Order: sequence, then C-alpha cells, then structure tokens
Amino acid sequence: MSAVVQSPVVRSVRRYAGGYDVERLRGEFPILAATVHGKRLVYFDNGATTQKPRVVIAAEKDYYEQYNANVHRGVHALSQRATDAYESARKRVRHFINAASEKEIVFVRGTTEAINLVAQCFGRTRVRSGDEIVISAMEHHSNIVPWQLLCEQTGAVLRVAPIGDEGEFLLEAYEKLLGPRTRLVAVTHVSNALGTVTPLRRVIDLAHRYAVPVLVDGAQTVAHAAVDVQGLDCDFYAFSGHKVHGPTGIGVLYGREALLDEMPPFQGGGDMIKTVTFEKSTWAELPYKFEAGTPNIAGAIALGVALDFVAGVGLEAIAAHEADLIAYATERVSDIRGLRIIGTAPPKAGILSFTLEGMHAHDIGTILDHHGVAVRTGHHCAMPVMRRFNVPATTRASFALYNTRSEIDVFVDALLKAKELFA
Amino acid sequence: MPDLRNLYQEVIFDHNRHPRNFGKLEGSNREAKGYNPLCGDEVMVYLKVDEGVIVDAAFEGIGCAISTASASLMTEALKGTTVAQAQQLSEDFHDMVAGSGSCRELGKLEVLSGVREFPVRVKCATLPWHTLNAALKSSKEPVTTE
Repeated sequence: MSAVVQSPVVRSVRRYAGGYDVERLRGEFPILAATVHGKRLVYFDNGATTQKPRVVIAAEKDYYEQYNANVHRGVHALSQRATDAYESARKRVRHFINAASEKEIVFVRGTTEAINLVAQCFGRTRVRSGDEIVISAMEHHSNIVPWQLLCEQTGAVLRVAPIGDEGEFLLEAYEKLLGPRTRLVAVTHVSNALGTVTPLRRVIDLAHRYAVPVLVDGAQTVAHAAVDVQGLDCDFYAFSGHKVHGPTGIGVLYGREALLDEMPPFQGGGDMIKTVTFEKSTWAELPYKFEAGTPNIAGAIALGVALDFVAGVGLEAIAAHEADLIAYATERVSDIRGLRIIGTAPPKAGILSFTLEGMHAHDIGTILDHHGVAVRTGHHCAMPVMRRFNVPATTRASFALYNTRSEIDVFVDALLKAKELFA
Repeated sequence: MPDLRNLYQEVIFDHNRHPRNFGKLEGSNREAKGYNPLCGDEVMVYLKVDEGVIVDAAFEGIGCAISTASASLMTEALKGTTVAQAQQLSEDFHDMVAGSGSCRELGKLEVLSGVREFPVRVKCATLPWHTLNAALKSSKEPVTTE
C-alpha cells in the first residue's frame, strides 16, 4: 500500500537518503517525551492535530521576543523585519505546494475559513438559484456546511457524489452529477474518517471538461504527501497549519490568480484596501484583498518554518514511512476478532478507522488513553460517513512522520487489554 | 491517577451486555429522544405515567457502556417512583457524577459514581437522565448534552 500517489511529486528535499532516522526525528518534538497516566505518550491523533517540532515553537517565541510589530504598516525596523518574515513565509508556502505566484497564497485561520471564504466570495458572484455545487460523501463537516449555507443563501442545490463500501470514490457516479448547472466541485484530498485518497487528477479533469473549478480540502494531506497544485491543476486548495506541524490559527487558501482576481473581498478592514473614501473604497492587490485586519503574523512565520521542517525530512520519505505504518497496523489488527476496519480502499493514507464488536468507540478511547495511547473516537466531524457505514462512531488512529512500529505494538496491546476487560 | 476499575465496575458490564427494559415501551405516554453530539450516542426514553406515578420505563438506542448501563439502571430505579421523586433522583444523580458529590443514598446507581474521575465521560452517564427530564416534560425537541 502506498500513501497519496496521485499527487505528482514536485520536489523532495531529503536529508537522509532513502528514509530518515525516526528516533532522531522524535527528539525534535518535545511533547513526545511526555507521559500520560504514567505511560509514555503514544500520539495517534495526528488527523486532529499534529505535534510541533522545537524549531516551530522557537519561531513563535522569537517573533514575540525579538521583532513583534505589525506588518505592512510602519517604516520602523521591527515592522520591516516582521513584514519580511511574514512575506517570506508566504514564499515558502508557494514553494511548498508549487503555486505559480505568491499572489495565489492567502493566509487564513485554517481550512475551515479557507472553504468559507471560497463559498462566500466565489459563491456571491458565480452561484445563482438552481445552480449546483458537487461535494463527495466523505467530506468533513467543514466542506459540507459552508456549501449548505451558500445554497440557503442563493437557492443553489448541493449534490453529493457517493462512495462505495470500501470507502472508495465512485468516479462514474461523480461524473453523472456534473452538468451545465454545476458551478463548483469541492472534494477532500484525503478523507479524515476513512483514509481514502481521492483520485484527484481524474476528478479535476472531469470537472474541467465542464469548465467547473475544483476546490480541494487538503487538511489531511499536506503533512503526509507532496502537493503540487499546478500538477493537480486544481483551482483552490485549502489546508491548516496545525495539521502540518505548525501552529493553530493559521492556514492557507491557494486560489488560481484569475479566480481570486474576480472574487470580491471576504472581510472588509485594514490592509485589504487601496483607498478608502466614504463614497467608495478600492481593494488592495492579491493576496491582500483577502487578508483584512492584522493577520496571525507569528503563526504564519512559524508555519513557514514547519513547512521547511517537513520538506527537510522529505515528503517522499514521510509518505513511505507512513505507508509502512498503515500496512503494519492493518496487518496487526487484522488478527483481532470482531474488529472491522472502516475505509479499506487502496491507496490509503495513514488513517486506521475501526469498530470493535461489543465495544463502543468511547469506551475504547478511554481505555487506550489509560495506556498512554491518544486516539480520536466519535464521528470525526464526518457524520454522513458514519451513517454511510451504519456505525455510530469509530476509533481512529492516525499516523505522522514521528510514529513507529513499536508504538503500534503498544496500541495493539492496549486494544487487546480493552477487549479482555469487556469480554 | 483515576483507576479504570472505578469506572468500569462489574455491574456496569452486566448492564451493558444485558440492558434491562430495553426496547420500545407499549402504551408509553411520555417519551423523549436524547443525543450526545460529541460521540453520536442516541437514546430514546419511554415512560408510562399513571396518576403521577411512573409505572413503567424503558429505553432504546446506541451508546457506550457507560451510557447504556446508566440508562438501564435508570429505568430500573424509576419504576414505582412519583414524577417528583424521579426529578429528585435525576438531580441527585447529576450531583453524584458531576456536581457536589451528593451524599444522598442512590443505591445501585452508585456504581456510576466512578465517572466523576473521568470528566469527559460525565456526559455519557448523564445523557439518559437529561432525556428523562425531557420525557417528564414531554418535550418534543430532542435534547442534547450540550
């Protein structure tokens, strides 16, 4: 099994040929030395948020201790330094996802805000009553609800591309949903609840045949596989900093320049204007048109550092490492009686979602926690996915670059103990 | 460090495996649906109230061991109580798992007192009781633990 394979690999800066030293890498993450209930922490909740390396934590601290100032404002030294660091982070993002220009990189609070921005700004000008938005059946709530709000506002209709019993994206059924009234396709790159990798190249090519732009929710991808927005030919790509070892409260919306250009601003305020009079204001150039108010400066700078860190380890190496982890975990749990994996469509990302007969996910989560193992339990903000598989909730182990096979052993042992307790 | 055995006592496993009064109650005249959006647990509580006395109680739904055992034990405790007693019991139960730690005798329900040490699981234990309160008021809207 391999991790995300569709995304053409644009580049891979590898420090270690053919892989990396996981133990050495773990030393870069202070929290991994923590103990929980007297046990060494096994952090398998990376789908919810990832841990931060020392350099990312230091980047935030340095900004506040050494050059805290507002950006794009003052002529004083600190403001210039802050502006340079903030804009340099934008360059790093552009490079990381291979966007054509920095104008296409908008800093937002996270994936959710990025999608809401597109729903509101693209929707306001392009979507009318009777038009259609196409999403998939494995979207996170953040890629469902903004479109429902838009549909309520405009009278547009939300169409949902189904998934199969393995959790696979059904291309034929999807294609049938596309038509002259389709205004936008919004799909996840990797399902947070199933680990399914969407066949994005095909999805995007099909949409483009109808001249329909495609938004990709990349929240579960950026830390795990190389993303090349030009290679994918997507029109919008959204991701969160905290899921790629950066801080919370910062994220990115990539948008094709021509589309961003025609979209009205998201919020009004300082920094997003060229001129303001009481009669009329004019908007700043891209990407500032979409960045009203003082941004999360420290967050953006630290995100840039996080992306450099991840790129330094090498996304190909990370993808290979995580492919090994998911294969190993799948094999280890396959012996457990009554365990059902939800989401089995190859190629799969490093997400293991499952149910255990006779045990509710919440009970499993509590018991695993007692063994120091942090997993997510519940509906994963993907209630339609739970309904699709007719389960109230699942337990989800999601891996990252610092996880190891021996941690999976601890997790499996804890699962067996949970089973024993409930036997 | 909270002990898992305080949470998962044998009585709880028993009620989780063999929930009492499980299923739709024929002839119920008060009912309500409860929902915990955090974990997706759903519970339906049915009551048969006759002249201010709960003569029968039942529940159905999907939940974790804590919420299932709590609902099962609750329906057992409710039978034969007056509506006022049931409301008091509900208050005392909340106190035991989430509040000041009621000293009032709660009999078999006390096996759930260990939930106190697991704050994130308190809502699992209280969901059936929230739903009971709604059923007693015969509220039409599903209640949630939020």
